[in-house]
Amino acid sequence: MRGDAFSMRVFRPASPAEAVRLFAQNPDALPLAGGTDLMVGWNSGRLNGRAVLDLSRLEEWRRIEVTDEGARIGALATHSEIESHPVLLKRLPLLAEACATVGAVQIRNRGTLGGNVANASPAGDSFPALAVYEAFVHTVSKEGRRSLPILEVFAGVKRTALRPGELIERIDVPFLPQPPARQFFRKVGSRLAQTISKAVGAGLLWLGRGGVVLGCRIAFGSVAPTVRRLRSVEECLHSGRLTPETIEKACAALSSDISPIDDVRSTRLYRMAVSRNLLRAFLTGRA
Amino acid sequence: MPAVGTNVIRKEGAEKLCGRAKFIDDLSFPDCLHGVTLRSTIPFGRIKKVSFDPSFPWDECTVATARDIPGKNAVQHIETDQPLLVGERVMHPMEPILLVAHPSRQKAYEALRHITVDYEEYDPVLTPEDSVALKAVLRAPDNLFKDVRIDKGDIAAGFAAADIVVEGEYRVPHQEQAYIEPNGMAAWLEPDGTLVAKGSMQCPYYVHKALMLLFNLPAEKVRVIQAVTGGAFGGKEDYPSVIGGHAALLAWKSRRPVKIIYDRPEDMASTSKRHPAVVRHRTGLTRDGRLLAQDIDVLFDGGAYSTMSPVVLSRGAIHASGAYACPNVRIRARAAATNSVPNGAYRGFGVPQTLFAAELHMDRIAEALRMDPAELRRRNLLREGSSTATGQVLRHSVGAADALDACLRRSRYAQKRKACAAWNKRSRNPTWRGTGLSFAYHGAGFTGGGEVFYASKAGLALDADGGVRVLAASTEMGQGEATVFAQIAADALGVPYGWVETETPDTSKVPNSGPTVASRTTMIVGRLVERAARQLKAELEEAAGKVPKSRPAWLKAVRRFLDGRPSREVICQYERPPGQQWDEKTYRGDAYGSFAYAAVVVDLEVDKLTYEVKVTRVTTAFELGRAIHPLFAEGQIIGGLTQGLGYALTENPVYKRGVMVNPHFTDYVIPTSMDAPPMDVVLLEKPYEHGAFGAKGIGELPNDTPAPAVAAALRQATGRWFTELPILPEKICKALHDDKL
Repeated sequence: MRGDAFSMRVFRPASPAEAVRLFAQNPDALPLAGGTDLMVGWNSGRLNGRAVLDLSRLEEWRRIEVTDEGARIGALATHSEIESHPVLLKRLPLLAEACATVGAVQIRNRGTLGGNVANASPAGDSFPALAVYEAFVHTVSKEGRRSLPILEVFAGVKRTALRPGELIERIDVPFLPQPPARQFFRKVGSRLAQTISKAVGAGLLWLGRGGVVLGCRIAFGSVAPTVRRLRSVEECLHSGRLTPETIEKACAALSSDISPIDDVRSTRLYRMAVSRNLLRAFLTGRA
Repeated sequence: MPAVGTNVIRKEGAEKLCGRAKFIDDLSFPDCLHGVTLRSTIPFGRIKKVSFDPSFPWDECTVATARDIPGKNAVQHIETDQPLLVGERVMHPMEPILLVAHPSRQKAYEALRHITVDYEEYDPVLTPEDSVALKAVLRAPDNLFKDVRIDKGDIAAGFAAADIVVEGEYRVPHQEQAYIEPNGMAAWLEPDGTLVAKGSMQCPYYVHKALMLLFNLPAEKVRVIQAVTGGAFGGKEDYPSVIGGHAALLAWKSRRPVKIIYDRPEDMASTSKRHPAVVRHRTGLTRDGRLLAQDIDVLFDGGAYSTMSPVVLSRGAIHASGAYACPNVRIRARAAATNSVPNGAYRGFGVPQTLFAAELHMDRIAEALRMDPAELRRRNLLREGSSTATGQVLRHSVGAADALDACLRRSRYAQKRKACAAWNKRSRNPTWRGTGLSFAYHGAGFTGGGEVFYASKAGLALDADGGVRVLAASTEMGQGEATVFAQIAADALGVPYGWVETETPDTSKVPNSGPTVASRTTMIVGRLVERAARQLKAELEEAAGKVPKSRPAWLKAVRRFLDGRPSREVICQYERPPGQQWDEKTYRGDAYGSFAYAAVVVDLEVDKLTYEVKVTRVTTAFELGRAIHPLFAEGQIIGGLTQGLGYALTENPVYKRGVMVNPHFTDYVIPTSMDAPPMDVVLLEKPYEHGAFGAKGIGELPNDTPAPAVAAALRQATGRWFTELPILPEKICKALHDDKL
């Protein structure tokens, strides 16, 4: 353990207002939500000398509220709370399922949805689900409040569009107006627990009379610097019928939506092949 | 009631379960400093200059370099080619250059960032192929740590008579031991000048010998104590001599206790691993599948220094022909030097490498002959009276055929192969399925004349308070040594298990029973304990009549026997079993006292969308002589099989310029409990007369078996041969898409 506790300054705000004020005064401070990612950096000694803004006392950011329109998930709600929430399980099953695949039980008990988003890993397991549900990230800073579509939060690998002094207070996930005909979530990792995605996908599909595609939202993670909605694929499918030809066209369009790479965890070829397989299986109804 | 053969309670179990067991980093020492290591960042070169940032408060630190070593700057392994600290020449990345100690661990790490090293870099040799081609001379004259040749019969005549010849090349990577507790050691000087080292280790007397050489001290001025050890698997065989030497040097210089504890990335990147290997087979057979000639070439990547490479290679070479009787065998095995972190011991010790090749090659032969892989093995399996590649004639306790038959029956191998073939014909099924078989044998104890040379001692003490203590330097590291020794001593002495304890290894208290390696602890050292206990029993009976059953009568008898002495120690020394012969020069003779045998059947399926492999069941049968503690034996087998599955499927050490670049559990993927499939373990007993209560060593055998069975099952599932480990989903994807993407 190379983290040096004595080199750290820790702020422990008791209220959101105090958190915002302290963060404005110390914009270099690292917000601490669940700490599951922060501890990795702490262990390596990379964070020595840094200030930490510990959000653990902000009870109001821990709540999950359900309205007629959707769920308002406090930034500090844990993956465990989300995966076992009865309404979320029913109305936002892809998000609940995604949260259930994060790390292992201990990680899910501590890791938070807000922390997951703020950390902006390309492999964030909850992001494809948040992307297809078209979630909004609500932030607060000294300048006031903002609401950003989930896809606009991510600026690159481990980079967000959050401004200095800006904190995520909650994530709003709207319920779907119509139940989808098909939906899928799949995380492809390297083992059954404690694994980082090599590819992770979520999809929603609405079909009308005669199998015409009324709507379609598909997103993949770990295959580009940030989570990607498959806009070209969705466009191929829209308003048409799911014939083998359209499906193949959509699968071919995938390569313009994602840009996987070779790295220590996997290969470009594998990520591309698996994403295409998952997409094809979803569209042919075999996922 | 006898203890041997029953599942008695683990001696140190409660301490570990309740969190009371103290690992080395749990112990505090007065005025202790924390030591850290400055390591090389290049694979090969020369240090031109080391500069210390003048703005850093160096007066708070102790800095030790090679010049501070009072004895020889060399780590005593088999050879002494590895320096404790770099003098001038850097032979591999992560090589220790100097040491810093500070009262605060974090400050010590910070100090490292204020030291700059200037190098002159040379072109490194990074593969064993480049090494044997002498791209650069790392070790004169031929870059080899060891060159083994085994010749049996007439290889040319064997090939001349063959109906069919099958060739193959197989590759295996490094493997990390992944013990839970990283390497850690503390050292201090006693007022009388005794140098003490305490920490996580397998072999206290290895560290003892290493410290004597480094500090030029006599044996009695060095004391080494094992702390509770959180797993080792071979990874704490050679390295504790390095980290122990480092802690001792800082303690020597600062005159204060010093503790060095590695974190995971440092441990994984800088300590020894399983040797990568390339193995080539050329095999001649008759049409009906009788082996006539085996020509095998083995090349290991030793890394920069010899560490355990000569003996790892030797064991790998002897096992390279598989558990089969072939009249004509030629094996050439070499371990070559490269500018990479030295490789060393990992459970299996060279055998998982060569058996992966031998066993997968058997499947390729079976396919070439259109023969069932199980039948091919059965026709060639070692039996009583068979001779091995070194000409060892197997006379007793040869349970190979029993293990194969039991495993085939229990796993329903034949039916499963058919069911998988039928499943794979239906294209709408979401997976491809396969069932694969492999067979392995593993010699227990040191290779060849090792046990005779080492002449280990172990025994027990009977104390005035009626306590019986087993005395051995063999270490408890999770495998159950403390419990098993107590079982053996209790039964041989004729007292209840609860009356016997096993002494914590401490070189000032226990005799040198040798290192805790080579599947030798139960079979070889256990036998010494058994002999000592039988001798003590005879002495006791002579003085006090029959060994009493009740505690008060026991105490009375002990008092009468000791007759005022504080205790009676009985120590026995290893003796070569009659008839065992070995010639180290020609590699002919009895390579091991005995072999244990195992067959394994792996069932798996491959997801057609993601190429993920799910092992659905592992069935195995082990012939192990005698199971002293059946539950521990089963635990050893299940644990080893799981490590073997990791080797086969997920553990991918990525090396760049001689060093592992994924030295953490996030990206070096070992199986979790979720990934471990159901395992069905059958134990078979054919007692070995020279092992404790008939036991043979089985610590390592489980690691030898899974990888070839997995590859065989994947052949059935995917129609592809995977001859290089690990078989990642990426590799399966590429093999299946080669023409499409």
